[in-house]
Amino acid sequence: MVQADATSDIAAALSAGNTAWILTASALVLLMTPGLAFFYGGMVRGKTVLNMMMMSFISMGVVGVIWVLWGFPMAFGTDVGGFMGNPFDGFGLGNMMTTDGSAPLTNMAFVAFQATFAIITVALISGAIADRTKFGAWVAFTGIWITLVYFPVAHWVWAAEGWIYRLGAIDFAGGTVVHINAGIAGLALALVIGKRKGWGKDPMRPHNLPFVMLGAGLLWFGWFGFNAGSALAADNTASVVWVNTMAATCAAMLGWLITEKIRDGKATSLGAASGVVAGLVAITPACSSVSPVGAVVLGLVAGVVCALAVGLKWKLGFDDSLDVVGVHLVGGLTGTLLIGLLATSAAPAGVDGLFYGGGLRQLGIQAAAAFAVLGYSLVLTLIIGFAIRLTRGFRVPDEVESTGVDLAIHGETAYEALGTGRVAQEVKA
Amino acid sequence: MKLVCAVIQPHRLDDVKSALEAAGVRGMTVSEASGYGRQRGHTEVYRGAEYQVDLVPKVRIEILVADEDAVSVTSVVVGAARTGKIGDGKVWTLPVEDVARVRTGEHGPDAL
Repeated sequence: MVQADATSDIAAALSAGNTAWILTASALVLLMTPGLAFFYGGMVRGKTVLNMMMMSFISMGVVGVIWVLWGFPMAFGTDVGGFMGNPFDGFGLGNMMTTDGSAPLTNMAFVAFQATFAIITVALISGAIADRTKFGAWVAFTGIWITLVYFPVAHWVWAAEGWIYRLGAIDFAGGTVVHINAGIAGLALALVIGKRKGWGKDPMRPHNLPFVMLGAGLLWFGWFGFNAGSALAADNTASVVWVNTMAATCAAMLGWLITEKIRDGKATSLGAASGVVAGLVAITPACSSVSPVGAVVLGLVAGVVCALAVGLKWKLGFDDSLDVVGVHLVGGLTGTLLIGLLATSAAPAGVDGLFYGGGLRQLGIQAAAAFAVLGYSLVLTLIIGFAIRLTRGFRVPDEVESTGVDLAIHGETAYEALGTGRVAQEVKA
Repeated sequence: MKLVCAVIQPHRLDDVKSALEAAGVRGMTVSEASGYGRQRGHTEVYRGAEYQVDLVPKVRIEILVADEDAVSVTSVVVGAARTGKIGDGKVWTLPVEDVARVRTGEHGPDAL
């Protein structure tokens, strides 16, 4: 995220073009969350697909409301010690409904854009805890986590007074704030909630790979808003970012598929969809600081590294059901750290990494930012997770897990099956 | 009357159907089925995790025939479904006590 007034190549007066692009980009990013619902929903078993999709949808409900109440001021409002914004100063966004015309973007456009980032970040975590989570516990978690973890971290990295921002770390669109943050939180929750019954023994194949492909496509489309929108202007930076986002993603798909072909003998559709997401994750922090060729290199590395990283859970024995760790944590770390090597001052961010004669300085800053976010999110998520587990329980009873969360918790099933019997209808007026 | 049942490789269905039509068979019921015999399934790999899938997709064909046609219909199916590889399937015949045609109410061989 750049501070638009300082680095935009458009004059610093309210620009209709900028505002139009950011409002459009906001809608693109919001679509990523339903896209994620399809991406995740296709990967679980048929008896839990609705619950999986609902975990994404409900984060739009909860986080969208919190955002307009205390979310935005807490992330971007009046700074309190470089740690977070004051949630009470600007509560309810009453102070954001006008714009003075001196900034290149309306206030509310920035509010809108940032809302969509908060929403998808918490939704990403749900992939780690598929098939076994109490819905009410998840709803509670989304509200608590977004407040205690996401808003402070977004402030550190993206607010002008935030301590990581002042450190000089580059996280253009959310490698740390979104992906490392959600990835490590996913690991923490997978540990708190525990493995699914029969994990590692019973088949837990994706039940609908076309859903996964559809979701990956929607994510990719929305991600252009995510990354290019983070320029906060319709300018040259946004254009470079757009091309870098495409290039890295294409290369990551190839990287993942080549890895599969060599290791497993076949290039799979799930591998293609996963490679796409891995590439999008990895280029997210780096999209303004590398060249298009640098983006291809970064994407290839991310595709290969993430394809190998998803195997870690089997070796280490944690049930990160849909590989939030392998894709988002590992991909986020890969992109955030590779900035330290691949950044070139010819790109809009104007910083040289190790390979362009910039030495190790930027790599050190990137690592500090990455591990600060990782450490904070890990500790806070473990605390929140255990608090929910001890007070109201985080996990459904065993028989619900066997029957399927859809029917037991939501009272619905996704697919009509033979043997549902005669349907008796009663209309509640 | 007999019921000839066949479980075959899905990709042989079109050939079996044409062969049966050429042999004068005028109706059949086809359904998707899952199963395994000596073939013992296959492996699928999802994000590097290997699954042994023992039930593989098959097609099941059911044909009602007159007693004297059962053997010839069976050999038509066997001939058209065969690829020579493990997993080609099986064909078996069952006696049928009665058949009724729903539209007319006819019973027995007349209903075939």
